[in-house]
Amino acid sequence: MTTALINIKSEQEKVKEAIKAQGLRVLVCAGTGCVANGSLKVIEKFKELGVNVRPMTQQDKVTIVPTGCHGFCEQGVLVVIPELDVTYVKVHVEDVEEIVESHIKNGKPVERLLYVDPKTHKHVFRNEEINFYAKQTRTTLANCGEINAESLDEALAVRAYEALHKVLEQNNPEAVIEEIEKSGLRGRGGGGFPTGKKWRFTAANRGGKSYVVCNGDEGDPGAFMDRSVMEGDPHKLLEGMAIAGFAIGADEAYIYVRAEYPLAIHRLKVAIAEAEQRGYLGQNIMGSDFSFTIHIKEGAGAFVCGEETALIASIEGERGMPRPKPPFPANKGLFGRPTLINNVETLANVSTIILKGAEWFSSMGTERSKGTKTFALTGEVNNTGLIEVPMGTTLREIVFDIGGGIRNGKKFKAVQIGGPSGGCLTEEHLDLPMDYDNLIAAGAMVGSGGLVVMNEDTCIVEVARFFMNFTQNESCGKCVPCREGTKNMLKILERIVRGEGKMEDLDTIEELALAVKDGSLCGLGKTAPNPVLSTLKYFKNEYIAHIKDKKCPAGVCTAMKTITIDPELCKGCTKCARTCPVGAIEGTIKNPHKIDQNKCIKCGACMNSCPFKAIKQS
Amino acid sequence: MNDVNTKKLTVNGKEVEFTNEPNLLEVIKKAGFSVPTFCYRPDLTQYGACRMCVVEIEGRGIQSSCTMPPEAGLIVHTNTARVRRIRKTVLELLLANHDRECTTCEKSGSCELQQYAEEYGIKNLKYAQKAEKDYLPIDDTNPVLIRDPNKCILCGACVRACAEFQGHAVLGFANRGSKTLVQPMAGKHLSDVDCVFCGQCQAVCPTGALTINSEVEKAWKMINNPDKKVVVQMAPSVRVALGEVFGLKPGENVIGKIYAALREIGVDLVFDTNFSADLTIMEEANEFVQRLTKGENLPLFTSCCPAWVRYLETQHPDMLNHLSSCKSPQGMLSPVLKELLPKTFPGYTKDNIVVLSIMPCTAKKVEAKRVELMKDGKFETDIVLTTKEFGRMIKSAGIDFAALEPQKADSPFGGYSGAGTIFGASGGVAEAAVRTAYNMVTDEELTSLDIKPMRGVDKNSRSKQATLDIKGIPVTVRVVSTLKEAEKCIQEIKKGTAEFQILEVMACPGGCVNGGGQPTSCNDSSIKEERAEGLYLEDANLQVRCSHKNPDIQRLYKEHLDKPGSHLAHQLLHTTYSDKKKGSYKDFSGCV
Repeated sequence: MTTALINIKSEQEKVKEAIKAQGLRVLVCAGTGCVANGSLKVIEKFKELGVNVRPMTQQDKVTIVPTGCHGFCEQGVLVVIPELDVTYVKVHVEDVEEIVESHIKNGKPVERLLYVDPKTHKHVFRNEEINFYAKQTRTTLANCGEINAESLDEALAVRAYEALHKVLEQNNPEAVIEEIEKSGLRGRGGGGFPTGKKWRFTAANRGGKSYVVCNGDEGDPGAFMDRSVMEGDPHKLLEGMAIAGFAIGADEAYIYVRAEYPLAIHRLKVAIAEAEQRGYLGQNIMGSDFSFTIHIKEGAGAFVCGEETALIASIEGERGMPRPKPPFPANKGLFGRPTLINNVETLANVSTIILKGAEWFSSMGTERSKGTKTFALTGEVNNTGLIEVPMGTTLREIVFDIGGGIRNGKKFKAVQIGGPSGGCLTEEHLDLPMDYDNLIAAGAMVGSGGLVVMNEDTCIVEVARFFMNFTQNESCGKCVPCREGTKNMLKILERIVRGEGKMEDLDTIEELALAVKDGSLCGLGKTAPNPVLSTLKYFKNEYIAHIKDKKCPAGVCTAMKTITIDPELCKGCTKCARTCPVGAIEGTIKNPHKIDQNKCIKCGACMNSCPFKAIKQS
Repeated sequence: MNDVNTKKLTVNGKEVEFTNEPNLLEVIKKAGFSVPTFCYRPDLTQYGACRMCVVEIEGRGIQSSCTMPPEAGLIVHTNTARVRRIRKTVLELLLANHDRECTTCEKSGSCELQQYAEEYGIKNLKYAQKAEKDYLPIDDTNPVLIRDPNKCILCGACVRACAEFQGHAVLGFANRGSKTLVQPMAGKHLSDVDCVFCGQCQAVCPTGALTINSEVEKAWKMINNPDKKVVVQMAPSVRVALGEVFGLKPGENVIGKIYAALREIGVDLVFDTNFSADLTIMEEANEFVQRLTKGENLPLFTSCCPAWVRYLETQHPDMLNHLSSCKSPQGMLSPVLKELLPKTFPGYTKDNIVVLSIMPCTAKKVEAKRVELMKDGKFETDIVLTTKEFGRMIKSAGIDFAALEPQKADSPFGGYSGAGTIFGASGGVAEAAVRTAYNMVTDEELTSLDIKPMRGVDKNSRSKQATLDIKGIPVTVRVVSTLKEAEKCIQEIKKGTAEFQILEVMACPGGCVNGGGQPTSCNDSSIKEERAEGLYLEDANLQVRCSHKNPDIQRLYKEHLDKPGSHLAHQLLHTTYSDKKKGSYKDFSGCV
């Protein structure tokens, strides 16, 4: 069978030599976040200066490597020079010259561009010592930020396609499935279904045309792990897909990527073209009998297309609406054929499992959730960004160690985990090992791994309203419970934050939430009530405060704010009256002013304008 | 019993056997239980959107039974607290977003939402009700269909019917979330898209979101006008469906009662479209023999179905030469009545005759308004009522339909053959035509008049083909129902792979028995089969079973028309077609 497989080791040696010849490698993050912060200009500037560089290091040459996302997006643009053991943060184009002159040429680090630890207030040099990275275990994201994502050579140097080579050499699809099963890998897209099982179900229909579909329709607000993999290490994904194709007997695949990810689409296209051209994908891969073609399908931005059956409908050119299961895609999927559909992060784990073995993978994590998981850490923590930790890491470690604690010394209140379909976790869950089953039991879910940290200034009812508004807008409109149920839950939540809620609303919304959870057609509807149910469970008092006392304990809900002017402090300067957009402030010069509460829209403009801090909100 | 294909599952503690039922819902029905549903229609793909048919399956949780494949050993509960909570919530949510002006709704009494709301005792409307500002305009631009988005529950049955039956997708979904709507492409009016007026969307609609533009009042006005002579014709398939409105069995032939009811209502003369179906066969069989002899414009397309004619005129105007120039049976009888009645019936003039036609069809209403079917500035057919509208008319007249003594049609345009009667089922026209064409070519009669391969109106019989030997000449007949199937035939012709000489097309699945104007039958696909059986039963029992042997037809040719294809026959019975341009129906000459 394996007529003449290429020698992958010698290929690797070749590219490693080539990379060594690059000299001093300056890794500049060119992920979407850093690009937005101007990294392309930084790269240009480095290149411009790099031509004349005669570094004081052992290297006689400098190579600027635009890499994928490093994860620490809020500190972008990130510049890492591994050989000099340094990570620069918040680099602007104006700083480049100083880095080159001072550090690269003269060996003197630029201190002001180093990360400052929020706790110790000390400068930190190395990546590994930055608290954000210290507790992470980066396997899926291992190469993101280390290699030039648009170069197959750089990918090969970090063992890309070695796992596929191994699989083709052994030529035993069944063994591949067994290995994945043994690893305990579960779907990273939200459901947590055992990946090996899914592969086995699809492989059972081997014989005719089968497809592999990669779900890259990452829609949860704030989540960007799939994007980072596609942008930072596309070959890892492509290799995972090819291995999956080999295991289930498919020769064609689709990657469904949101059109809002132009960089990911670009890098995938570059990667596919290069891999096909050099025989790592396409016909007779690496000299074997196995052929595998990958297409890219751009999604049009519907959240629901992340649901696998809606995604399949969308690839087929139909309206992206979920189809009832059964039949499952494994039996009847894309174009009516058996289809394996996995998410980006799941597939990105495959090659490492094949290379390092199922035991290595299952040594990480908890009993029923193995390996690592990426989370998009956002909200009121000091360090935000993309992180990867072993399953079972506690919320406390993520928020207080990796995240560096709550911003501005505020108090931790809750996290929303799993995106709009997830749920709220509170202080009592801080030491809960986070894995699929524990989170479900707590009324939340891993989901795609969005993690929004909230402090004491967050109104929990408003949070529930926000997410309900999202799911309502993104419901495909097919099934009644989701379409009409989310609308009516939203209406009730809107009433409550407006201060017009009634106590019976709490019973109605809970009953409705349960019926929507039970009765909806697809995962979107089944999980849409989670934010309501979990906040009702842990923060019922806050709902009651809104309804009974007409008070928003966090002081967020505008409808319940009262803005008043302290007559003792007001000097009658009239500034506030001139600022008020609705003319709600009356008063004469040098006399205390007064706010007409019927006219006031609670915008707070007057408070900001008052030079005497006489205007207060309660 | 011991068939290996027979498996068992349990519904509410009762064991039930199943073999090839397409879904759990059908097995539940077989067990003697019913589950409510809005979006499940046996002849359409399963959709699973309304969530009314949810059941609880042990070990599997909640599943929609319409989409769940039956499996041996399943333990199913159809009526648990959990499923009742879901169904009740669905109903409450739908009602909150529904125009609840039931009393004036066309569907009142036959609305499935109304029925389930009553069954589930929905009294407490706990959700915020649809606000005045959220009401959307009603689209009444289409000549036969009225679309009221405020009554739409988005079950998608119409969308599927249009796409799956007619391959046409005139209706589709727009927007997301609670803003989702069913609407014609790009938000156009129903008059500005390629609707063929088949009415299937309306036939599968569970609520009043799609209804027929009723002409009942117009009919009463004519009947009550002493200066008008109202003469009536009714299509073959009306007689096997109207009884359902009055609690009689589908397929029961009530033609005698229809004649009687019409006279009770007060019309002047009662004829029968079956008669002109025979006339159509005489002309069409003759036309076919002519074309076959000359070898031109083959295959011949039948032209009885106005939705099909409309489809060709708008989508394939280059194929119009294939279409038979014969008017439809409705189109033939009206000018014959207006031309010939004044010659034999005193007091009848061209001007005072009003032809009232009762059809299983919504497209017939539009056919009647074709410019090509006008004479002396007037339409040949004046009013077209659907079976449903006619049923309502009888009810409002206070007639005990079931108790009526059967009567006979008036002479001389009421007698018909078995060939005329089977027009109502897909394949019937072709079968009838072959019976007569055989005689025209050979001067002999077919030994067996039953051409079984052309029969069948179920889901699997939408495309049928048979080859007959007419004295050494092989003639292949293709019979299709639904325009989706018709389109396949057109593509075959365009590719040059078509091997048939006659193409019979009916736009409604199964033919006129399942027409868009028939009483509701979308929840039970066997109803149309029973109706078709009723037609074939009458055919079998009639003395005369070939159009050319119908004595009334023979007399008509002898006294007036001379022979098929004659000059007068052409003047009265044939028509022309033209390119009606895609995307607009502004070209029909009048509004209903």
